[in-house]
Amino acid sequence: MDKRTRDWITSLAVAALIAIAGYAALFQAPTERTMGLIQRIFYFHVPSAWTGFVAFLIVFIASIGYLLKRTPQWDWLAVSAAELGVAFFTVVLTTGPIWAKPVWGIWWTWDARLTSTFVLWVLYVSYLLLRTLVSDPERRAVVSAVFGIFAFLDVPLVYMSIRWWRTQHPQPVIAGGSGSGLDPLMWRVFLTCWAALLGLMVILLRERYRLESLRHEVAEMTIEVERRVGDAGSLSPGKAIR
Amino acid sequence: MPSLSRAAAVILAKELRTEFRTRELLSTTVVFVLMVVVLFSFTFDPSAAESRRFGPGLLWLAFLFAGSLMLHPSFTREQGNDTLSGLRLAPIEPFAILTGKILANLLFMLFAELILLPIFAVLYDVSLLPLAGRLLPLLGVLLLGTLGLTTTGTVFSAVAAQARMRELLLPLLLLPVLTPVLIASTEATAGLLADPPALDRVWLLFLAAFDIIFLTASWLFGEYLLEE
Repeated sequence: MDKRTRDWITSLAVAALIAIAGYAALFQAPTERTMGLIQRIFYFHVPSAWTGFVAFLIVFIASIGYLLKRTPQWDWLAVSAAELGVAFFTVVLTTGPIWAKPVWGIWWTWDARLTSTFVLWVLYVSYLLLRTLVSDPERRAVVSAVFGIFAFLDVPLVYMSIRWWRTQHPQPVIAGGSGSGLDPLMWRVFLTCWAALLGLMVILLRERYRLESLRHEVAEMTIEVERRVGDAGSLSPGKAIR
Repeated sequence: MPSLSRAAAVILAKELRTEFRTRELLSTTVVFVLMVVVLFSFTFDPSAAESRRFGPGLLWLAFLFAGSLMLHPSFTREQGNDTLSGLRLAPIEPFAILTGKILANLLFMLFAELILLPIFAVLYDVSLLPLAGRLLPLLGVLLLGTLGLTTTGTVFSAVAAQARMRELLLPLLLLPVLTPVLIASTEATAGLLADPPALDRVWLLFLAAFDIIFLTASWLFGEYLLEE
């Protein structure tokens, strides 16, 4: 089987899984007793967060991989996973308030989990910003790898500190979350949705990684062209061809 | 090759000498924190009780902002005459450069904090005494919190030094990572400034854990930032 066919098959499989997950979440899962239909957003909200975590874990591993091996492939993996993690956590931070408004009566509250998720999102947005501000590819890979490692080490500390901080000052506003005591059917739907989103992430990661590799190739070619033009002496390098 | 501690001490001495020739960093930091603390009273117009309640958080927020601004010259200062290359050529472990700078920044920040603490106590009407029950543990919180701030801050200063927009970038990288330090130090300080003062050991341990984790990470990965 050649690469193209394999890509098509995996993409179609993930698309089918997403369709099944959507059906299961909207029709098959039992309606939650107190929250009603709005609770169904949970099947995409929580799996998005878990998928985002997986993406950030990949950034961490790829960052260490880059510093140890110094092959650009690790850096491509890191940036691709970071962008996906931010994308999935943007979904989390958007679906959260949509759910919270009818259930809690407010869009946002400075609850432990919300606040730490927000900090996590900001951490990786800074990671992506840092990458845009370093032009040399090798320098960019090194500094963002170090920051990617530090950011990931910070994640458990952020969660722990905000948790202890909030348990010391209990907030009256929060109704219990839907995580405790899930119905078995709900669990099954939930895991299906997570599998679908993980599959989506893997497909997107693959495409984003290839894009990064193509960009790398173009950059190499540009340098090569500029060198040859420079050698010929007819044109000053970098002026005619950008 | 000199030992790590000896090499770090030499770097530390060099940093201190550079700073005490001009005292630029220290004076700007002190004035900056003072300004934040005073401006705060305009925006919230706190009563005496409120200012005591908000004080610890405000103080640490001001320290964090000051740190994210003052740590930035730590590496950019070396770029002017490309002195970092000189440091790199020296036959010492690369981590010694980082250690020396972290220690120097720790001393600068602590020095500024010690000047600011009594002024803060007067402005926000908090008592720093008794010595054993309040001031000494408070100094411990300052030490551990500031060590966390300067460790990550110095490493990120080396990161930001290699990017464009570095003055803006450093706070952007540093402040979210320091969220745990802000929470832990503020909570510990608030406990100590309350009546009667109470030290929550959990937060002290938490700060120590933060420091150890990031010192280890700097030791393992920091040297990559110093390569050419």
